[in-house]
Amino acid sequence: MNDEKRPMNPLPTKQRQSSVDLALQIRRTTVEMTSRANASHIASCFSVTDILAVLYSRVLVFDPQQPRWRDRDRFILSKGHACAALYAVLAEFGFFPKEWLETYYLDGSRLAGHATHKGVPGIEVSTGALGHGLPLATGMALAGKRDERAHRIFCVLSDGECDEGSNWEAALFAPHHRLDNLTVIIDYNKIQSLGWVKDVIDLDPLADKWRAFGWAAREVDGHDHAALEALLTGVPFEAGRPSCIVAHTVKGKGVSFMENNLQYHYTPPRGDELPRALAELGVK
Amino acid sequence: MRNAFFNAVFALAREDERIVLMVGDLGFRIVEGFMAERPKQFLNAGIAEQNMMSMAAGMALEGKIVFAYSIANFPTLRCLEQVRNDVCYHGARVAIFCSGGGFTYGSMGVTHHVTEDLAVTRAMPGLTVIAPGDPIEAACVPAAIIAHDGPFYVRLGKAGEPNIHAGPIDFQRGRAITVREGDDVSLIATGSMLLVATRAADRLKADGINARVLSMHTVKPLDLDAVEAAAAQTGVILTIEEHSIIGGLGAAVAEYLAERPGAGPRFKRLGVPSAFASEIGSQDHLLAHFGLTEAGVAQTAKQMLAS
Repeated sequence: MNDEKRPMNPLPTKQRQSSVDLALQIRRTTVEMTSRANASHIASCFSVTDILAVLYSRVLVFDPQQPRWRDRDRFILSKGHACAALYAVLAEFGFFPKEWLETYYLDGSRLAGHATHKGVPGIEVSTGALGHGLPLATGMALAGKRDERAHRIFCVLSDGECDEGSNWEAALFAPHHRLDNLTVIIDYNKIQSLGWVKDVIDLDPLADKWRAFGWAAREVDGHDHAALEALLTGVPFEAGRPSCIVAHTVKGKGVSFMENNLQYHYTPPRGDELPRALAELGVK
Repeated sequence: MRNAFFNAVFALAREDERIVLMVGDLGFRIVEGFMAERPKQFLNAGIAEQNMMSMAAGMALEGKIVFAYSIANFPTLRCLEQVRNDVCYHGARVAIFCSGGGFTYGSMGVTHHVTEDLAVTRAMPGLTVIAPGDPIEAACVPAAIIAHDGPFYVRLGKAGEPNIHAGPIDFQRGRAITVREGDDVSLIATGSMLLVATRAADRLKADGINARVLSMHTVKPLDLDAVEAAAAQTGVILTIEEHSIIGGLGAAVAEYLAERPGAGPRFKRLGVPSAFASEIGSQDHLLAHFGLTEAGVAQTAKQMLAS
């Protein structure tokens, strides 16, 4: 990395709100977004919320006033179905007005149910078809290396997404080209579309698979903000190797009746479930 | 044709550091010199076309202009979703180019034929689709790619085709080139079929029939003015392509003619029916099997004129 070439971070992380407060706000916002629109994937949003909160409040270098600022860190949510949480984060930081969130998934909105870059500041690339984010991130990382830029690329994958072979093509490529400006975080919530990951296509031992491909891999509790911050601010773990963080998470984390419940991959809280969910999230 | 294109890319890349040549572990005895000369502008992505196409998009979004090379079915059919989502939806400056369109690799078998690439790439929003007709056209394509901010698919023939144009040409994206003047019948060809069309026109000439030959090197966006002129001035149109009659050049022309007001010209698509090659053979053998020869084209033109 060429840190001396990197200009001052326009929004120093120290001035940002606490990641825990941010995560709580994201959960409140996303449950309202998905319930309003009767949209899917609230449980997927909740499993990745703490990762997003730590990344945006403590790790990523960016400037909401200049979303295409050349020296920004690039973030790709490859599990684009959890985009409601990402939109909520971006709105919190002022990439676009919070009012946009109220239109999520509704007719005429800019905010589709899978992460969409068109007209949405802060979304680097459109994702949702699984297995695209990491190869895209790898191309960006290679360009960054060749241009001797200091910015970094972070990419969040889902666990079910690791079934897609394209990820493993990129997983082979990135260590060979020593892309230590690239970090992949796997939101390992153990549940995919039709059931438990271990019953569909078992991924374990997941971190060892990435290590075998040449990545510097670590495991972490994906809801432990201090542990996430310590890891994410410590990349690359090894010079010359891309970094992989297997984040052990809980699908639906934060609302008791949604945790580990596949139902909430598909439906948002409905009827009296919404006020119950909001109450658990501290909304009176 | 392939070498003419590569050489033009090499020359442009020496002047423009944004250009990256990416290959899917192909290009033996073509790319090695460039790889050694400009390592930062070259990448062998390995035999992994899905990753290659997404990486090409990722690099393009970082300001590169990526020329991504493989054999025709691999960077199209195998990774079509990457072409659609990552390249086209992002408007990434990726020029997918290939050898091996149609039956170029004839005797290698059906797995190495592609007669569906123009159809699927035509359907991609924002993607320019080009199949140059000879090495002179192929050499012009890279500059046209640099001049246009958007993604491309370029289908090239193999090495060794003859030049058809007698001299320098005015090659423009989306503008057909008139190779033979004539008002009796229009032969509209793309890619490798330009040679067949010009030879068929020469045969017809001996019989007193003046055939107009258009090189429709850009299949999308189609040169509607040229098609309209052919319809109005000759009244008989024959499209010729080394591709399925579904979805390619002939289909594009048919779509225009069907929606155009007024009486249409007599019209026929020559190409490959929706069928795999049923026998093993060279490119010439398979083209003859499907009637894509100068004799076949001339005979069809005569039948249309007589009908």
